[in-house]
This record gives sequence, C-alpha cells and structure tokens, in this order.
Amino acid sequence: MSASVDVTGVSGASIGIEQAGQWQLIWWRFVRHRIAVAGGVIILLFYIIALLADFISPALPEKVSTRHTFAPPQGLHLFYRNPDGSLGFGLHVYDYKVTIDRVAVRRIFVVDETKRIDAGLFVRSEPYLLLGLIPMEHRLIGPLDRTKPFYLLGADRLGRDVLSRILHGARVSLSIGLVGVLMSLTLGVLLGGISGYYGGAVDDLIQRLVELIRSIPSIPLWMGLAAAVPQDWSPLAVYFIITLIVSLVGWTDLARQVRGLVMSIKGEDFVLAARLDGATGGRIILRHMIPSFTSHIIATTTLAIPTMILVETALSFLGIGLRPPIISWGTLLQEAQNVRTVAMAPWLLWPAGAVVLTVLAFNFFGDGLRDAADPYAHTEKGG
Amino acid sequence: MTLTTAIQRLHPDPASQSAVLEVQGLSVDFSIRNGMFRAVDDVSFVLERGKTLCLVGESGSGKSVTARAILRIAAPGRITAGRILLHQAGSQGGQAIDIASLSPDSPVIRGIRGRAISMIFQEPLSSLSPLHRIGWQIGEVLAIHSKLGREERRQRVIELLTQVEIPRPEQTIDRYPFELSGGMRQRVMIAMALACNPEILIADEPTTALDVTTQAEILDLIRGLQRRYGMAVLFITHDMGVVAEIADEVAIMRRGKLVESGPVRQIFSRPREPYSQALIGSVLRLQKPREVDAGSGSTPAAAPILTVRALGKRFEPRRSLFGKAPDPINALVDVDLELHEAECLGIVGESGSGKTTLGRCIMRLMQPSSGKVVYRRRDGTETDLADLDTPALRRVYREIRMIFQDPFGSLNPRLTVRQAIAEPLLINRTIPREKIPGRVADLMETVGLDPGAMERYPHAFSGGQRQRICIARALALDPRIIIADEATSALDVTIRLQILDLLLSLRERMKLSFIFISHDMSVIRYFCDRVGVMYKGRLVEIGTSEQICTRPSHAYTRALLSAVPVPDPARRSIASRHRYVEALAPASNAPPAVSATFPSGVQKR
Repeated sequence: MSASVDVTGVSGASIGIEQAGQWQLIWWRFVRHRIAVAGGVIILLFYIIALLADFISPALPEKVSTRHTFAPPQGLHLFYRNPDGSLGFGLHVYDYKVTIDRVAVRRIFVVDETKRIDAGLFVRSEPYLLLGLIPMEHRLIGPLDRTKPFYLLGADRLGRDVLSRILHGARVSLSIGLVGVLMSLTLGVLLGGISGYYGGAVDDLIQRLVELIRSIPSIPLWMGLAAAVPQDWSPLAVYFIITLIVSLVGWTDLARQVRGLVMSIKGEDFVLAARLDGATGGRIILRHMIPSFTSHIIATTTLAIPTMILVETALSFLGIGLRPPIISWGTLLQEAQNVRTVAMAPWLLWPAGAVVLTVLAFNFFGDGLRDAADPYAHTEKGG
Repeated sequence: MTLTTAIQRLHPDPASQSAVLEVQGLSVDFSIRNGMFRAVDDVSFVLERGKTLCLVGESGSGKSVTARAILRIAAPGRITAGRILLHQAGSQGGQAIDIASLSPDSPVIRGIRGRAISMIFQEPLSSLSPLHRIGWQIGEVLAIHSKLGREERRQRVIELLTQVEIPRPEQTIDRYPFELSGGMRQRVMIAMALACNPEILIADEPTTALDVTTQAEILDLIRGLQRRYGMAVLFITHDMGVVAEIADEVAIMRRGKLVESGPVRQIFSRPREPYSQALIGSVLRLQKPREVDAGSGSTPAAAPILTVRALGKRFEPRRSLFGKAPDPINALVDVDLELHEAECLGIVGESGSGKTTLGRCIMRLMQPSSGKVVYRRRDGTETDLADLDTPALRRVYREIRMIFQDPFGSLNPRLTVRQAIAEPLLINRTIPREKIPGRVADLMETVGLDPGAMERYPHAFSGGQRQRICIARALALDPRIIIADEATSALDVTIRLQILDLLLSLRERMKLSFIFISHDMSVIRYFCDRVGVMYKGRLVEIGTSEQICTRPSHAYTRALLSAVPVPDPARRSIASRHRYVEALAPASNAPPAVSATFPSGVQKR
C-alpha cells in the first residue's frame, strides 16, 4: 500500500466540516437545540425592549394617577361597532366606569364598553430622550388622548401603569445580571485559573477560601452587607454596591469550574506536546489552554446570569436590595407583598412573570450553549 | 410487533440444523447532522452451535454495532432491514425468534439477553459496577433469569468463579471490582456471561485492553469453556493474531459491509477480496522482520548519541494523615541503554513495566530520581539532560522530539494543521517567519499528506492522517532523535504498517534515531534494530531484534513471546504458553498482577 492512499479521505473541496473552526462547530451544534435558540431569541428581545423601554412603554413609569388606583387591565381591541351599527376598525380600549364602595373604601372599576378610547401606534407624547441621547416625542403605542386611562396590564396602588414599569424595570434587572456576572467572571477566572495551573499551596488556599465563602448562609450575609450601606447614598450607588455584593458570592462557583477545566486541559497530550515544542508557560496558557475553555466559560456565565437576576429580585423583595425610586422587577414585586393587595389586584404579580420568563430563557439558552460548547467532546465510535 | 409475527416457522432445511443464530441482510442506521449514516449495510452470516465466528474489521467497520444489534442494544442506531433469527435448542419444531422484529425493551428480548445470548465487553472495569461486590453482580443475572434461592445462588456463583479459574473463589466473591486486576475482572465478566449457560456468547474485543500474557489466558479460558458447554461464540476483534488463534469461521467487515467470510484457514491462506488480501498481507508482513535495508544499520564504531546510565525513578506516595507512609514505587530501576545514530531501539513491555516512564524521564517530562541521560550534540559535546535548566532543555527539545500514542489527544483541536505544524517553528525561530508556510507544505508532503489540506482542522482527518500530522510536527525542527511512545498502537493494522514504513523511510533520509516504545512485539520486530525488554521497571534483556525474538535469554522474554498470538491458524500456540513467575515473588495466593495504574496518592508530573 502506498502512503498516498491515506490522503484520499479528505479530498472534499468545498468549505465544509473540515475547515470549520471551533466557533463554527459550536454554532452548528447550537442551532440544532431548538429550545435554546428560542431562549436566545427571547433574551435578545428582552434586552432590546429594555434598551428602548422609553419608546415602547405607553406611559411614564412614574406617572401617578389618583383616579386610577388599582385599575384592572384593559383589553386591547381592534374592531368596534359604531352607534349606527356599522363595523369600525382601529386600535382602542374601553374606559372604566368607576363607583366608590364606601364600606370597603375602594374604587370598583367596571369596563364601560360604551366609552371607547382610541389608541394608536407612534402617538405623540411628552418629550423625552431615547437612550438619554435622542430627543423623541413619540411612543410606540398609547391613547390618542393623553389624559385618558390606558392600562394594558392594570395599574398599581398609585395608579401607575404596570406595563411601563415592568419595561423600565427590565433595564435594572437585566443589567444587574450582566454587571454582576462580569465581576464574578473576572474574579472566578483569575482565581480559578491560578488555582488550577499552579496547584499546591496556592490551590489549597484558594479552594479553602471558596469553601469558607460558600459555607456562609447567603441571605443573612446579603442582609448584613446591604444593611451596612448608608441610608443617604444615592440609589445609583446602592445599585452598584448590590451588584458587588451579589458577585462576591457568585465567583466561587465559577472559580471551581475554571480550576477543573484548567486541570483537565493541563493533562492533555497536546499541552505536553506544546511544552516539548519549547513553548513557555505563558504561551501554553494563552494559545493552547484559554481557547480550549472560553466556550465553556461563556456557557457557564450565561447560566450564572439568571441566578444574579433572582438574587436581585429576592433582595429587593425583602427590602434590602434596591429601594423604590429605582424601578426593578424586585422593587415592583415589593408592591405585591401582602395577600390583600394580591387578592385585590393580581396583576401586580406580572413582574414575577417577567422574571420567570427571563430566567427560563437564560437557562435554556445556557444549557444549549453548554451542550454545544465542546465540539471536540469524544463521541462514541461504532466499530 | 407482536409475538406471533416474531416467532416464525422455518423450513427445517439441513443447512440450518446446527445454526443457532442467523443474521440475514441486517442494516443499522444512525441519524447524523445531515441525513442518515448506515453503520451496518446488508450483513448476513450464520453462527453455528459450538463454533467460533470471528467478526474482524478495522475501527469504524461496524462490527461492534452488528454485535449490539443482535442484543438490540445498538441505540441510537435503528435496524432498518434484515432478520436476526435465533434458533433455541429448547424450542422444538424449528421455531425461531426474529430478534430484529422485537421491540428493544420487550419481555421477549429481555428473556434472551443474559440467558440465551450474553455478552462481554472490552473494558472490564467500566462494565462492572464499582459499588457492588463481585458475587452480587453475578448473582443478579441468576436472580433475574432463575428461581434459585439466595444460598443456591451463592453456591452457583462460586461454581462459576471456579470455572473461570479465579483463585480462592470463596473469598473473591465478596470483593469489589477495583480490588482485581484487569484479567481477573474480565474473568468475572465471563463468569457473569456464563451464569445462565447461554447458547451464544458475544465477545466484543474482550482482550484488547489486556496485556498479551493475560490475553492468552483469557483466550484459552474462553476456548476451554466453549468446548465444555458447546456454546457458539461471536468474537469481535481487530487483531488477526487473535483470530488465527481461536476462530473457526471468519467474517471480515469494512465500512459496514461484509467483505468476505469463510473458514479461518481459507481466509488466511487464500483470501479472495482485495481488501482481505491487503489486511492479511499487512498482518503477515508485520510478522517478519522487514526486508533489511543494507547500510542503514547502526555503526557501532561511533559513540552513542544518547547514553542512559543507571536511570531510576521512584514515586513517593503522599503520607496520609493517619498511619505511616506507604512504600515508594520504583517505576524505573537502574536502566542502562545506548542509542546510536540512525538506530531504532525498541522498548517492549507490558503495562506497568515502566516503559512510558522511561521515555518521559529521558525527555525530562518527569524528573528522574537518579542516574544520567547523556546526549551527544552534533558538535560532539556531551550534556546530561537529567540536570539541565529549563532554557537549555528547550534547546535540546529541538533535537529530541516525541510522538504520542493518541493522535486525537496530541493535536490541539483548535489549531488548523498549518498552525499545528508551524507552532514549533514559530516558537524556536529556526527559520524566518515568511518561510514557514513553504516549510509546512514541504513537511506535509514529506509525511504523505496533501498540502492543500493545510487549512483544515484536525477533526477532518482520520487517526492515521493525524499521526502523520504529528510526525510532520516532530520533523519540523530537523530533530536527531524521536521518541515514539506507542505511536502506532491506536491505529488499525493496515494504517499501522503505512506509518511504520513512513518512519523507516524518514530514518533513512534524515538519519534519525528512534526510541520506539510499544507493547506490541510484532511492531517492535518489524521496526527496530535492537530491543530492550522491560519488566517491573527493570531492563531485563537487551539485544538485536532477531536475537530477542528467536533466541531470548531471559525467562520473562520467553514467556512474553510465547503469549503473542501468531496470525497463522495452523500454528495455534497460546495453549503452550507459560507465565513468568519471579523467583523472588512471595508465593502468596492473593489475586495476581499488580495493575498498571499508580496509587491515587501518587502525583504524575
């Protein structure tokens, strides 16, 4: 047999699997994971919404309307019947008929089908700055007459629009995840990498630290740290401190995973081969080891974001996280803290729906990413 | 599928009287990223009572999938065509069960598995549950398929352990798998497979993970048991030596298709198909020393290029928190050897003999505990590698290169072939940067690869091609010595021969010296000028290949050679093997053979 026989197997010409790099292979595997792709699309959508919250939300989130406390959601309709019996077409909602129950001291809202409030797309509104930069005077959707009520997801105890508040809350809730994860990523990769590559005493020290941190009950820790934040700090400073607190705990998990990855790759033959090529420690780490686990890190990070979101929500719900002038899903849920309110106005729980959807989307996305992350995982061969 | 369609009446024709299993037109499909992949394509064969059918093929030929399809454990593969007819001895009137038509988890197939047909696998460690005692695992088969009581089951298990020649079965029954060596574990697997006196035993590469001496014992055991119980054995292997040793019939598979089948002597002496001829040809060529190429032999006049003196390596186990430190392990003891220019020195030994440690200590991948490794440079100056500092060692690494066993693990999957081969050139800056692409192309041609495939990633290449890439990488810096650690062990036999021939031609052309570490005697004999035999960390014998293979002086070498299966069905020799027992070894009756792995406390560096 001549040596050239061996070559025939790779004679395919077009750019196919043989020229696909690691990211191409990951992408191919990822798109096979339908739910993960759906999760990714939802996440992307949420971030776009959070960015454009000013434009998309029908009202200012802070706009108070004492006449509409706990107003129930209005349905959005397309067709209506004119007084003369003909069929009309156009976006609209119906106004409320309000009666006051003097015994229970509360308003009772009944949707009044006779009073139509016409709504529209790209309606004029009070001027605002989109993304803090672009001056705008239009919103995606809203009532044509700005004084009329327009509550697609109902109103809270001050008559503020729940939908607008959820959309604005997404900004804080979705970004606190990113910022928190970014910080714990830095800490985790750094400490985990050192721990795994050098081993020995350094490894012992870092691992014991990780165990110590993980052994502290998390909620009391957060409460203690949050209580230490001075009351007179600006909401923004509190926000920053909260992310710091959250990531202080979050890095431990990542550090362990990175350590494991580094240790497993350190034993690979190709790392040994690189050493025998005369490569220095730095080159081995940068060129051979880090590319081998970046994809893992990305997947792990994606899976860590929902935890951060949940922590923020939980802390804010308990009143030790973000405080009300700031709108986040956690502070919104504070409104739904007592049973009576929830019984009277169940729509105040909508922010929880947003949290659930986001966390699920992130988890599916992260799972798919993790499965696709190692395109060179050993596949069983038939033979 | 219902039972009525599964059980079919067959015409009792004389040919199928002795047949116990008939596979007719079997096809198994797997779904892959784009479409279907047919792993088994229209395969037919007949397994006869009391006979051994060897299913032979290289990796990816579909032989394992075929075997698994018979037990319906080929998932996620699906049987898309064909019949698998099982003629059970108990069922009179020629009733056969078509296994292919059963649902993979129907009661009928569960009744067949372990009872009518049982299977043993390649990896005895992962096929046994680490959490359960040996006796419990074997007893489970009996608990499922028989109505024996607890005490009777235990009796039967002891009886089975005795049959598979496990020493002291009364004690071994209460041991855990990790306490046994690989060979003993495989015996336990066999005992488990025999528990219900199956009519068919499917053995999927049962000796591939074992050393030759252990392999010989297991093969002998299987054959003995088969004679005693009249079982039919479907033996799957890639090793033609094993085939010659035990087969009655042989079926050769390639790429999912059955190439040729027939009686073993006919297949070995008069193969009809070109593929069978190539396969048998490669095996037979490996049996003989290569055609001596005059002039390439070592020139003993010159001083050796590498001299190893009294090299030793001790692994000191970590002291545990309680109790005293365990005894250190001597992986290498006083090894002396010399490597001359353009010489191929083979190191042969079984697992745990220290041959890999030797290679790594020479390369200073491990720090030797004692001794010297003297390397003579091109200009004649000599250095001791054993106490060289890192920068100096990096310079030596240009001249001494290494090729690893696993062509899949030793190439970084994230670098293209061009990047992988260029890596040593980039690091060592032996040639200007702009000349590197040309050099990479040259190297690829040298090792018989198409330079056009330069931009591809390693996953696009087969095992043999990857090993060529590794060789190109090793050659990039114009080395003088190449240490090849089991460099051909992971390859199929035809590819193995190609790689060996490639290395030989390179040696010729580039005046390379090789230290070739292998457990495979035939590869060593084919490739090497001189051979060193290692046993428990010591070099017990060293001499020319011819001398070691034909007139070994050390008892261990003789035992080793006697266990190597010869690919000639006319010369079945394993039964006449003998095991080497060290004179000094205490005559304890504990389970023999220290396994190759280091105790968990030992750190590999």
